[in-house]
Amino acid sequence: MILKGRVWKFGDNIDTDAIIPARHLNTSDPAQLARHCMEDADPAFITRMKPGDIIVGGENFGCGSSREHAPIAIKAAGISCVVAKSFARIFYRNAFNMGLPIFESRDLADAIAEGARISLDSAQGSITVEGLDRKFSISPIPPFMEQLIADGGLMKHIAGK
Amino acid sequence: MGYTITEKILMAHTDLKEIAPGRLINARVDIALGNDITAPIAIREFRAAGGKKVFDRDRVALVLDHFTPNKDIDSAQQCKTVREFAFEHGVTHFYEGGQVGVEHALLPEKGIVLPGDLVIGADSHTCTYGALGAFATGVGSTDLAAAMLTGELWFKVPPSIKFVIYGKLQKWVSGKDLILHIIGRIGVDGALYSAMEFTGETIRALPMADRLSMANMAIEAGAKNGIFPPDEITGEYVKPRAKRPYTFYTSDPDAVYAQTIEIDASQLELQVAFPHLPSNVRGISQAGGVKIDQSLIGSCTNGRIEDLRVAAGILKGRKAAPHVRLIVVPATPLIYRQALKEGLLEIFMDAGAVISPPSCGACLGGHLGILAEGEKSVATTNRNFVGRMGHPKSEVYLAGPAVAAASAVLGRIASPEEL
Repeated sequence: MILKGRVWKFGDNIDTDAIIPARHLNTSDPAQLARHCMEDADPAFITRMKPGDIIVGGENFGCGSSREHAPIAIKAAGISCVVAKSFARIFYRNAFNMGLPIFESRDLADAIAEGARISLDSAQGSITVEGLDRKFSISPIPPFMEQLIADGGLMKHIAGK
Repeated sequence: MGYTITEKILMAHTDLKEIAPGRLINARVDIALGNDITAPIAIREFRAAGGKKVFDRDRVALVLDHFTPNKDIDSAQQCKTVREFAFEHGVTHFYEGGQVGVEHALLPEKGIVLPGDLVIGADSHTCTYGALGAFATGVGSTDLAAAMLTGELWFKVPPSIKFVIYGKLQKWVSGKDLILHIIGRIGVDGALYSAMEFTGETIRALPMADRLSMANMAIEAGAKNGIFPPDEITGEYVKPRAKRPYTFYTSDPDAVYAQTIEIDASQLELQVAFPHLPSNVRGISQAGGVKIDQSLIGSCTNGRIEDLRVAAGILKGRKAAPHVRLIVVPATPLIYRQALKEGLLEIFMDAGAVISPPSCGACLGGHLGILAEGEKSVATTNRNFVGRMGHPKSEVYLAGPAVAAASAVLGRIASPEEL
């Protein structure tokens, strides 16, 4: 998978209340959730982002509530993938289960500015940044997770068994 | 090589003969939980996968506790979806209306979750049941769908961090203060992907209500689960409630831990987590003076009868400051009734409190206690993220019931010793 896009940067400990505040959880409709994506972290984000853009976070991205509405909102907004230094564990499994590509890179976030254009190659396990002569590595995805992605998420994986 | 309690419970739910941290396993689930926010997505996924029948109607729990009593039309629709699913599948543990309580107070109280169980819940605070010596962890809605369909789920076996806590707790200091202190010490990702195992003489003497508060907040340190070795206190709690057999597991003496952290709790003072992270913790001596607009006593962390008794003991004969909205949320109908019987509700009403029906609403900024721009609330809940209880520019200060009650009276964050 090769993903190219413009970067939206967020800090450490971006919690799922910031990604999709609970006041919007009276629906599970992806399009409605997408309208409020990242609202309490950056209210202007949703009006300025373009489909294909990439979210780059710091440590512990997606901490807090287990709400799957968070990866749903990000995916439905058109974000192609999330790259972070580390992910909170429920967000991590939710993303693989429902099919939002996420990647761990220790060094990327600190080396780039918001608006950078990056290209991520999941097979190569690397990220390049436009105008920057440096490659960033992605932590390898466990084989089981790769299988989940290949099958199209957890429910299709189960159905296949 | 020995095993930790977490490893033993996980292994007992597979056909494996050995297990180790980092290994991916498929394990059998004893109880799968969902609520009115998370279950609708799970039900959608369940049906999309062609699900016709839940794996075991006695092992699914559906609790309509978040945006209930229904806060708006959309919330009512979500509840309707879950209710219809529950009736269609004859789900035994379905709760709403006058039967509903905050799920993580309700399930232990009713004996639905038991020691040695493997429990998954589409709610991050599912880790609460670790207080009973169960492996319990929060997952997403798709995980719940998979578990409802197959009775199994994938897990990565977590490494364990052992907390050895010793020393007698000072007056007013509770399990809530202990866990806030621990999160302050290790950070909101200090136990990321790990099991937090709580041991030591302080823990052995700790009442079940306090253990439930502590296990509840393991997720706030990023943990997969929090767990207490079951003992006599566990037995006393579980025995009158259980309707099926249960197992006490304990860690082997030669079990392997990623880390061991010793804590002398004897000098620990009351703790307060300042905005906007549960790890932003200060002792009460460094926390005073913040003027508050609201005090919320309740939630899956601190809405049990023991918490209400502490609060009532402080509020008796006193009144909340005129500028403070005091909200008390008994976590379950049984707790509500008990508080009524013991005269606690009258004390709260005399103090000027609003008594809410059991609901998660206020804690997560749904309804029944929302904050306006610039407002501050002390709360016995578990999260103080930006916008958690209302306006993105409001603030939440996490504390135990003693601080919440004293703060309501004095109108600022305060210790009961100041009264």
